[in-house]
Amino acid sequence: MKHVKIREKQSNAFLVAVSAVVLGLVAGAILMASIGSNPFTGFWFLFRGGLMNIERVGNTMATATTLMLVGLSVAFAFKTGLFNIGASGQMLIGGLCATLVAHYVFLPRPLYLIVLILAALLGGALWGVIPGFLKAKFNVHEVVATIMMNWIAYWSIYYFIPAYLKGPSLETESASIAVTQSLRTPWLTKLFNGSYMNLGFFIAIISVIVIKLILDKTTLGFSLKAVGSNRHCAEYAGIKVNRNVVISMMIAGGLAGLAGLSFYTGYSRNMQIGVMPAQGFDGIAVALLGASSPLGVLFSSLFFGILQSGKGFMNAMTSVPPEIADTIIAVIIYFTATSVLFKRFWDAVLKRQGDKAKKKEESAQAEVKKEGE
Amino acid sequence: MWNTLVSIFPYAIAYTIPMLMTSLGGLYSERSGVTNLGLEGLMLVGYFASAITIKMTEATLGVQALPLGLLVGVAAGAVFSLLHAFASINLKADQVISGTAINMLAAALTVYLARTISGSGNVRILMGIVRKNIPMLSRVPIIGPLFFSQTYWTTWLCLAIWALSWILLYKTSFGLRLRACGEHPSAVASAGINVHHMRYFGVAMSGALAGLGGSVILITYSGEFSGTVAGLGFLSIAALIFGQWKPLGILGATFFFGIATTIANVSQVIPSLAVIPPVFFKVFPYVATLIALVLFSKNSAAPKASGEPF
Repeated sequence: MKHVKIREKQSNAFLVAVSAVVLGLVAGAILMASIGSNPFTGFWFLFRGGLMNIERVGNTMATATTLMLVGLSVAFAFKTGLFNIGASGQMLIGGLCATLVAHYVFLPRPLYLIVLILAALLGGALWGVIPGFLKAKFNVHEVVATIMMNWIAYWSIYYFIPAYLKGPSLETESASIAVTQSLRTPWLTKLFNGSYMNLGFFIAIISVIVIKLILDKTTLGFSLKAVGSNRHCAEYAGIKVNRNVVISMMIAGGLAGLAGLSFYTGYSRNMQIGVMPAQGFDGIAVALLGASSPLGVLFSSLFFGILQSGKGFMNAMTSVPPEIADTIIAVIIYFTATSVLFKRFWDAVLKRQGDKAKKKEESAQAEVKKEGE
Repeated sequence: MWNTLVSIFPYAIAYTIPMLMTSLGGLYSERSGVTNLGLEGLMLVGYFASAITIKMTEATLGVQALPLGLLVGVAAGAVFSLLHAFASINLKADQVISGTAINMLAAALTVYLARTISGSGNVRILMGIVRKNIPMLSRVPIIGPLFFSQTYWTTWLCLAIWALSWILLYKTSFGLRLRACGEHPSAVASAGINVHHMRYFGVAMSGALAGLGGSVILITYSGEFSGTVAGLGFLSIAALIFGQWKPLGILGATFFFGIATTIANVSQVIPSLAVIPPVFFKVFPYVATLIALVLFSKNSAAPKASGEPF
């Protein structure tokens, strides 16, 4: 009986996610229609733009890589009951550390990659651990602290890059790193026909597996989840709540730092100033849609990756502005936040079906009884 | 030094006013018990709505288009904020997530619509408000050149709104009830007052005032809808916290942040300021807010029930 109950709940979470996606797509369709475009052609080109050929699939996977790592970061913090809205800043700092390594460190490839990954991990973790520490030590709300950290990172980079990493032509972006110093490799580029696909994708997949193992199989994961589901209960059980908060934010920051690595030294090869990476917020959508589970994050990031990487093609083929993809994502977040609506709806539907089935059963039993008489 | 001060002061005030309005909006919302992280997006909605309105009417209405644009911006912000109100009051959704969704939705939707109107997504208006010296007062020594020279009429309008809000929130029974909704909603409910209505009012005010802030950016110093308010909404949240959720506090905080932003912007051209790197002034508001949060963490002035569904 208990088992059935859990399964029912899970199907609800899935139904809720699907409902949010469907409503997001419907909102997108309405917006396309409102400017006089045909929504079906719009969506057709949107999805073709993400999946049409092997190069575009590669680009979609490269886009999804960043979203996956950010989504994982947000989801991991969620598990400890923390809301990491600062993934953008952690991405920036992680990306900056990686870019610095790419410019100044020259080592044999395997060793170099390790240094590169560690730099991004540390940069992001540093930017995550500060709000974690403030939360644990001074009870500063992590949402506010991470927002502040976002803008501190934004402005620091705004002035750091023109001063120390200026590109040859533009003041507003850093000098490009050499392809050999990036996460791109010849065999992947060749395999995906010259796309942005890079080693970051494997880093993301490994991270998904590692995070899943940490959450499901280790004492650390257990205590993190315990803090997330009931702080006081966890404290009573002897779990060090504050320590777990700091660790959780540190790991979440590190994951967002890796997202910065995949974006700034894989997908692109330089950093632009004056841009708060939107992936930091899209990642919240990824985590919510994936119900904060590593596997859910994996699939939802691929879905959002298609939307984000197909929008340029759609814009070229139709008159629909590319922001339609961001609008759809935002609508999906809104509807996941208001998931109570769908939960009520699906609960009512499921209950009615259940009642119907029960009635049928009862009437069938009654008939059997009658026949018996 | 004095000349420098006189020359940067009007800019500092111009920066302060949109933040002050948005921050005041945040005050209404948080005092009524709803955390509103969507201020950045609500500002953007007001910014966009007024840009479109002015662009469409300026040929026929002339200068009259500006106040009309302002009104539409306020209305658009208020209407858009109802999305947040519905999610966080009726559906008891996570207010942080809902606010984030508002930000993302506003950023995507306004640029989407702006692009269908003009290909680049920027909407330029022909004229802004003409700066004026206030007669008599601008000739008073010291405060004359600082506060009463080269001012926009919106500045005085916004300051009046700020003063009226203070009276409304702190000197009337309605204000007392609204603030009580953010501290102890069940007590308010037991006194026979509809907490949901009060919170709807708070959130709608935050939308209206953030919309006003966005519109003021357009018709004072920007003159063009550019698809972003560059974090001013978040800066307003910082000011709200730094000002400890009090009207006078946020006036001081936004002015402080306005001066810091202005100095950062002009420090390269004014030699006496160039000794300090501009990054210092840009990150200052955020670091200051973090420090304020740490210092006041023991006895925070934040409304106790802010963020809690009722």
